[in-house]
Amino acid sequence: MANGSIAVPAGREEVVDFYKHESKHKGIMSWLLTVDHKRIGLMYLVVMIGFFLTAMTLGFFMRLEMLTPGQTLMKPQTYNTLFTLHGVIMVFLFIIPGVPAVFGNFIMPIQIGAKDVIFPRLNLLSWYLYIFGGILALISIFTGAADTGWTFYVPYSIRTTTNVSLTVFAAFVLGFSSILTGLNFVTTIHRMRAPGMTFFKMPLFVWGIYATAWIQILATPVVGITLVLVILERTLGIGVFDPALGGDPILYQHLFWIYSHPAVYIMILPAMGVVSDIIATFSKKPIFGYTPIAMSSLAIALVGYLVWGHHMFTSGMSDTSRVIFSLLTFLVAIPTGVKVFNWVASLYRGSIEITAPMLYTLCFIFVFSIGGLTGLVLGTLNTDIHLTDTYFVVAHFHYVMFGGMGLLFFASLHYWFPKMFGRMYNEKIAKLACIIFVIGFNGLYFPMFIMGYLGMPRRYYDYLPEFQTYHVIATVSSWIMISGILLMLANLLRGLRHGSTAPENPWDATTLEWTVPSPPPMENFDEIPVVTKGPYDREGLKEASLKH
Amino acid sequence: MSQNSDLTLHQQHVHEAHAHVGEHTHRDDVGSKMGMWLFLFTEVLLFGGMFILYASYRFMYSDAFKVAAEHLDTYVGAINTIILLASSCAVVLAIVSLQKKNKRLCLGFLWFTLACGAAFMVNKYFEWGHKIEIGIYPKGPALAEMSEGEVLFFGLYYVMTGLHGLHIIIGMIFIGVIMAMIQKNKITHDNFQKLENSGLYWHLVDVIWIFLFPLFYLIH
Repeated sequence: MANGSIAVPAGREEVVDFYKHESKHKGIMSWLLTVDHKRIGLMYLVVMIGFFLTAMTLGFFMRLEMLTPGQTLMKPQTYNTLFTLHGVIMVFLFIIPGVPAVFGNFIMPIQIGAKDVIFPRLNLLSWYLYIFGGILALISIFTGAADTGWTFYVPYSIRTTTNVSLTVFAAFVLGFSSILTGLNFVTTIHRMRAPGMTFFKMPLFVWGIYATAWIQILATPVVGITLVLVILERTLGIGVFDPALGGDPILYQHLFWIYSHPAVYIMILPAMGVVSDIIATFSKKPIFGYTPIAMSSLAIALVGYLVWGHHMFTSGMSDTSRVIFSLLTFLVAIPTGVKVFNWVASLYRGSIEITAPMLYTLCFIFVFSIGGLTGLVLGTLNTDIHLTDTYFVVAHFHYVMFGGMGLLFFASLHYWFPKMFGRMYNEKIAKLACIIFVIGFNGLYFPMFIMGYLGMPRRYYDYLPEFQTYHVIATVSSWIMISGILLMLANLLRGLRHGSTAPENPWDATTLEWTVPSPPPMENFDEIPVVTKGPYDREGLKEASLKH
Repeated sequence: MSQNSDLTLHQQHVHEAHAHVGEHTHRDDVGSKMGMWLFLFTEVLLFGGMFILYASYRFMYSDAFKVAAEHLDTYVGAINTIILLASSCAVVLAIVSLQKKNKRLCLGFLWFTLACGAAFMVNKYFEWGHKIEIGIYPKGPALAEMSEGEVLFFGLYYVMTGLHGLHIIIGMIFIGVIMAMIQKNKITHDNFQKLENSGLYWHLVDVIWIFLFPLFYLIH
């Protein structure tokens, strides 16, 4: 992965980037035993793309099965396994850790002017836990893969003969990794900011990471203990959730969603931080409404913690709780709306430059709006009764998760690619891949809204012939979408080897990571910068970089 | 935390970090303590999930819970409570001793803490052992005869006290490692944050027991 020589600006000493930095360990060990946040971030990236492609392949086969009614190429049990693993791998190994683990690790410390995170060794431990959890999940595929869906609902998860325990344990380990990362980031952001970098001078990506890290700390332990209980019920027969022993399966659902709904915001908040950074950079003007955007991240984190009940409108709850949960769910739309309006207002009268990261981001705003508004349809009690457990739900969460976090993961990858690897990619192909992806994406998931509205239930292996048109559209679009993704990755890989050398600040961006060489040296900064201006102020940028 | 002191502290780290370039290590006691507190939050929430379960089932099966609680020996529970409180006190005294540069006394108090932890686990062993002997364990013969509420009570009893016991063991290992570091003078009177962190952890384990004790042993 080593890069060629770096263009040295006149009057500047040659810097040794972190790839070439000589450390105690050589070769592969210099990666596996590193405590450098940049190397750890990249290790996450490599593994994560592997997991993403695995789960994408599983999704591809699911769609293929749905091409025709009845059995197309697999047995129902295989299909159950596929959607479970697709869900588990995507949710726990890609969407939840994605942006914080990769870009939070690589970029956040540089953005706050720090040399590393505060607990570098703990950071490496998080990575190993992530790998360990990932390996357990993969092993579980080959040893009687779970067929419960990624939610592991009891009592089925207690009764099924498949190897649920291992999959559940994998999720538990991954949760532990996530907690440690969150703990590390909150402490880092409190303690490691450069002099002058007050909370309200932090880039909005850091705010996103900060809000996320709090949710990771406060929500993950609850699901941790819940999953442990499922394992104990399966192995020792301790009755906690099993109705046969007097337990209450609904309680499991509560405890599960107390974590797993906030987890939705773990997925999206850091990604939303990326949007603010990218829009400010490519509109060439300060972000509109910095403070409201920062505060809305915290508001989403806070309110998002209290809305878990909307996953259970039809599973048995008092009317009072249902109304309260429905109301709280609507409240989340307010800070989210604040963000979207501020982004659009930031574009207003900006000198907008449509680069690949910007294109991904704009597509995100469009796609995410659809996902967000359909979320309100599901948050409304009476419509939810009709739509719950249909393809409408599947379409909704793919629009917000994949269209949200997924698109923004790609956007971040393009935005920070020059910084991370010191190379540029082919801009035209990147944009083309984005357009192909978004067309495929909408073709794949939009018909699901219609199918769901017409009554196509989710997680079914078979369907009535009248749904076939929609299923064919969705399946064919999945091929288009996958070609977009593969084209995008191929383009990036090509850029890695053959791209032109990236300058320090290719996008004319204003945050601190663009003041250090691409790729950054081991210690990030020769001297810790003293911050005197806001993250997106363009005045004084030139002087500052000259002085530097 | 005032912005000003924050800044000066930070400059200190910067200075320290510069002293040995090439390593990412630097000392930040406040940060270290903050990290520990955040970790304790997660522990509280971990047990919080169980306390929610306990509360729900107590509400659903309040009579059966009263009956089941009769099987627990309040005296053993009370002795264990006293043991843990004494051990927590010893940890505090250990920190103070180290601050006053009395390494021997500090290690003495920590040995006492470890002994308390061990005594607690021995009591727990006899308590559990007795119940298992008379058939009160998951899928056990005596438990099979009992009502659903009692089964849930003992399910929660085993899981919560078991998880707590696991924390005692982890805490003892933690303190043991810290003791080795004190022995090797890696933790000293002006660098004792790790000892304080292990103390915080031990107090948390103690506090959790303070809640478990009345919920299982005292409410009849």
